[in-house]
Amino acid sequence: MSHGPRIVDAAQMDLPAGSLWRRLPLVGAVLAVAGFGLSFAMRGGNEEQFYSSWLVAFLYFMSLGLGGLFFVLVQFATKSGWGIVVRRLAENTAASLAVMFLAFIPVYMGLNQLYHHWTDTAHLDAILQGKSPYLNTTRFLIFGLAYLAIWTLLALWFRSGSVKQDTTGDHDLTRRRVKWAGPGLIVFALTSTFASFDWAMSLEPHWYSTIFGVYYFAGSLVCVFAFLSLVIIGLRRAGSLEGFVTVEHMQDMGKLLYAFVVFWAYIGFSQFFLIWYANIPEETVWYLARLTGNWKPFTLFLAVGHFIVPFFFLMSRHAKRKNLTLGVGALWMMFMHLVDMYWLVMPTFQKDGYALTLLDLTTLLAVGGLFLAAFGFFLTRAKLVPAKDPRLIESISFQNF
Amino acid sequence: MGLPIPLIPQLPEGKNFGLLARFENAQTIYTACEKVRDAGYTKWDSHTPFPVHGLDHAMGVKASKLPWLVLITGLSGATGGMLLQWWVSVHAYPLVISGKPLFSWPAFVPVTFELGVLFGALGAVFGMFAFNQLPMLFHPLFSSKAFARATDDGFFISIESWDPKYDETQTAALLREAGAVDVEVVENG
Repeated sequence: MSHGPRIVDAAQMDLPAGSLWRRLPLVGAVLAVAGFGLSFAMRGGNEEQFYSSWLVAFLYFMSLGLGGLFFVLVQFATKSGWGIVVRRLAENTAASLAVMFLAFIPVYMGLNQLYHHWTDTAHLDAILQGKSPYLNTTRFLIFGLAYLAIWTLLALWFRSGSVKQDTTGDHDLTRRRVKWAGPGLIVFALTSTFASFDWAMSLEPHWYSTIFGVYYFAGSLVCVFAFLSLVIIGLRRAGSLEGFVTVEHMQDMGKLLYAFVVFWAYIGFSQFFLIWYANIPEETVWYLARLTGNWKPFTLFLAVGHFIVPFFFLMSRHAKRKNLTLGVGALWMMFMHLVDMYWLVMPTFQKDGYALTLLDLTTLLAVGGLFLAAFGFFLTRAKLVPAKDPRLIESISFQNF
Repeated sequence: MGLPIPLIPQLPEGKNFGLLARFENAQTIYTACEKVRDAGYTKWDSHTPFPVHGLDHAMGVKASKLPWLVLITGLSGATGGMLLQWWVSVHAYPLVISGKPLFSWPAFVPVTFELGVLFGALGAVFGMFAFNQLPMLFHPLFSSKAFARATDDGFFISIESWDPKYDETQTAALLREAGAVDVEVVENG
C-alpha cells in the first residue's frame, strides 16, 4: 500500500509496443469472419437454430456494451473520483455498441423464425391482435435501429470528449458530460428496457413481466464488471496501468461485481416470486417452460451458479484483492451470464429440453469477434486512462478503508 | 478484570497510564505511527479528528475479525428465519394456502432474507461495540486537557505503560523524534 505523493509513469497509460493487446482488433475480426462463415455454412436446414443461437450471442455481447455505457454514465452523474482510472476501459466497451448494428442484421433477417408468434399476422389471436400496434415488424425495425443509434451516439459522444481531454485538458468537457449524464441515464433506462422487451421478451408474446428490463440490465452489469476486471488483470500482466489501477480499484470492481450478482438474484427472484405466488397460467407458462424436462436442472444450475456460488466465493475482501480469485470469479460470472442469456432465449425453441449445438459456439465466436474487434479498435486508439481528467490524481490515490 | 462489557476500561497497573503525544497534522502522525509500529510497540493507539486514509496500515493494525462475526450472525439469522417458518407452517399451525404445499419455500424467502440482514446488522453493530470495548464511560486519557483537541485539530498517539517495550524516557524520546510537538505523561484514575 502506498501513501503520500507517488510517482506514476505516464508510459503506463499506453499499451506496450508489441503487446498482444495491440492485435486485438485483428484477432477479433478474424474470429468474427470465421465464426460467421462457419455459422452461415451450418445454417442450411437449421435456420431456427442459427437465428436463436445468434440472438443469444447478440444479447450477450450487447449487454457488455450496455453495461459499459451505464458505468460511464454513472461515473459522470455521480462525479465519481475513484473510478477515473478504469473509466476509459468502460468507454471503450460502450463504444463497441457501434458495431452491434451489424449483429442486429441477422436478428432482423430471422424475424419470422424468432418471433413468428407475432410476425405471422394472418394467425393472430385476440390478445396478439390487441398488442399488434406495438408488436409489429415495422415498429420493431424502427425502434431497434433507434435504440442502437441512441446508444452509439451516447457511447461515442462520452468517449470522444474524454479522449479529446487527453490532449487539451479542458475541464469543460467533463462539465458538459456531467450535465448530460443524468438525462443520458433516463434515456438509457427506457431504451434498454424496451430493447429487452422487443428482442427477448417478445419471444413469448403472450407473456409479460414489467421487471424484465431490469433483469436484463442486472445481468449486463454483472457481465461488464466481470469483463472489466479481466481486462484490467490482463492489461496489468501485459505491463500497463501500473501505478494507475491499483489493488484498491480491483477491489472496487470486485465489489460492484458482487453487488450486481446479488442485485441480479434479487430481481430474478422477485420476478419468479410474484408469478409463482399468483399462479396465473398466462404468467406461469414462461417458468413452466423453464422447469420442464432437462430445463429444470438447467434452471437450478443458473440459480446456484449465478448467485449462490459467487455469493460465497466473492464475499471476502481478500478474494476481490487477489488477481487469481477475482479473475476466476469474473471468468465464472461471464460464463454464467451466457448461461443466463441462453436460458432467456432457448426454451422458446427447445420445448423438451436444451440441446447444445455447434451453432451456439460459432455464433458466439462471430458476435464475440465483432465485439472484440470493436473494443480492441477503441482500446488501441487512445490512452488506457483519461490522462488529463480533473479527478485523475484523486482516482490514483484512492484507497479503501 | 472488568465487566464483560467494560464500562471502565482495563487499565495498565501502576500510577501512570502512559504517554500522550500530540502531532501537528495528518502527515506527521502518519509517519510517526509507522515509526512506533516499527519500534515494536503493541499496546498503543492513535486519535485523529477525522479518518486519516491508510492510518490503520501505518499502525500495523491487523484486519478486523468483525466480518466473520457478521457472516456467522447473518447466516444464523437466515437459517433461523427459514426454520421458524418451516416449523410454524408445517408443524405448529399447518394451513393450506392457495393450494400450495405446506413447505412452500419461495414464500419464506423474503423473511429469511430480512432476518439474515437484521441479524447480520445486529452482529455488526454489537460486535463492533464488543471488539472496541464499548460503551466505555471513562478513560484515563480524558484527564489530559490537551486531549480535547482530538475532536478539533489535534493528532495524538497514546502508548500505554503496560506495553513490554514501554520506557517513560525512551518512549518519550522516540515520540519526540517522530515529530511530536508535546509529550505528556497521563496518570491512571
